[in-house]
Amino acid sequence: MDPFLLEALLNGVLLGGVFALPVLGLNLVFGVVDVIWLCYAELVMVGMYAVWFLYTQMGWPLALAFAVCLAVVAMLGLLLHLLVVRPLLGSPPISQVLATGGVLFVLQGAATLVFSTDFRSLGVEMPPMEMGEVFISGTKLAAFIAALTGAGVLWAFLKFTYVGTAIRAIARDREVMPLMGVDPQRIYLIASAVGGALAGLAACLLVVQLDVHPFIGLSFGPITFMICVMGGLGNMLGGFLAAFLMGLIVSTGGFWWNTEMSYVVAFLFFILVIFLRPRGLFAR
Amino acid sequence: MSAVLQMPGTDTAAALELSGIHAGYGDFQALFGVGLRVEPGEAVGVVGPNGAGKTTLLRVISGLIRPRAGTLRYGGQDLTALPPHELPALGIAHVPENRRLFPQLTVEENLKVGAFSKAARPHFAERRDRVYTLFPRLKQRRHQLAGTMSGGEQQMCAIGRALMSGPRILLLDEPSAGLAPLVVQQVFALVHRIREEGLTVLIVEQNVAQVLRVVDRAYVLETGRVAAEGRSAELAADPAIRRSYLGGH
Repeated sequence: MDPFLLEALLNGVLLGGVFALPVLGLNLVFGVVDVIWLCYAELVMVGMYAVWFLYTQMGWPLALAFAVCLAVVAMLGLLLHLLVVRPLLGSPPISQVLATGGVLFVLQGAATLVFSTDFRSLGVEMPPMEMGEVFISGTKLAAFIAALTGAGVLWAFLKFTYVGTAIRAIARDREVMPLMGVDPQRIYLIASAVGGALAGLAACLLVVQLDVHPFIGLSFGPITFMICVMGGLGNMLGGFLAAFLMGLIVSTGGFWWNTEMSYVVAFLFFILVIFLRPRGLFAR
Repeated sequence: MSAVLQMPGTDTAAALELSGIHAGYGDFQALFGVGLRVEPGEAVGVVGPNGAGKTTLLRVISGLIRPRAGTLRYGGQDLTALPPHELPALGIAHVPENRRLFPQLTVEENLKVGAFSKAARPHFAERRDRVYTLFPRLKQRRHQLAGTMSGGEQQMCAIGRALMSGPRILLLDEPSAGLAPLVVQQVFALVHRIREEGLTVLIVEQNVAQVLRVVDRAYVLETGRVAAEGRSAELAADPAIRRSYLGGH
């Protein structure tokens, strides 16, 4: 096989792994709380700034900066639920979307005020790995392994714990949950914190690859929402698989045409999917 | 017969008392001053036609609907002062209308959700094994998705899920609805067994003839009011009830 195509395929898989985290987070929150966090990519942006600030400005070890980032964004998810989403739980979906969309602009504005619009780089790069004729970025590979590990931990949490089992149950029938001794409000809070933590993990993996600036969310936010819809909103497995599909399309598109064109192809594919399978690629 | 249903870690039962309960949904009022009492260890039925307010009554007891007026006490404690998710820990378990299993969860995962409360978790393995002793069929299907089972198996799973909380009183909403006649027999045999073992039962049913055979007493609910009450044998012999519900003359 053409080594460049092989490289593009491998990069697609690696990219899919990074797409997968915000997709899982959004789907988790939507499946449980039934509210779309329009500002999800901006939570990731805040996490990226947290890592950048702690590592480059405060001189903290990277691992500690990552841990704090996870905690900060998980807390942000909690606050978002308590302050914005909870008061609107009984409101029409459009109000909920507009409110979390408002948070998007608030976070962008706050980041601009505090950090200005400069691009901030972590300046961390791992040596590339050579596999036969193919070169793979060590940073991307490490990010991919961390993303898969995060997804694996999430799966185990949902599969084996009481709270995780209740989260899967509540996504299908919220009214009956109190009869099981489950307080739905508490499950919403936990899902929001976990959704935030996934945004925090995504932030750690992106900040080592991309410069952070207040509008960085625009570069992966829209595609994250597209992947969620393609996989079926709230469908964790569908979203996970669609993330890899989208990663492959974007990455090999760069091989067949060029990077700009590859996003056009990705959006066209999305539109096609919405026409043919409006409930998602993996809807039963 | 061994006391399989006396779930490990369960306290003794208390009396459930309702009086003057008014309740409904929005502009629609379903219950008009309903009073009811269930003594510890008793099996009590609530019968009546469709739309009489039977399901609403159970939903009021388990806190899914707040009554507009009236008192609701369990062992002297005011239930309306508690959030509904705290009732399972008090020993009140509700098997809802249409079973309401989590179809995409396995049988065992459904049982696990039933043991969610902090008080129930330490007893999970023990109680699950009791449920499997009671329903060997569920053990065979423990890893199967609940939504793929037959109606009768799903009813067993729903009752098993309720037992996982270690209830002192079991509220059953139309357990025989939508089941084949043979399975209905099994469900009533089970209710009989639950009663024999001393668990308190409040059962709502449209299948009047069957339910009167397994309960000690029953209330007849009509358009949101208690139209009659009494010992099962008395009600079964009452000419008016025979005419309305038992197909008698």
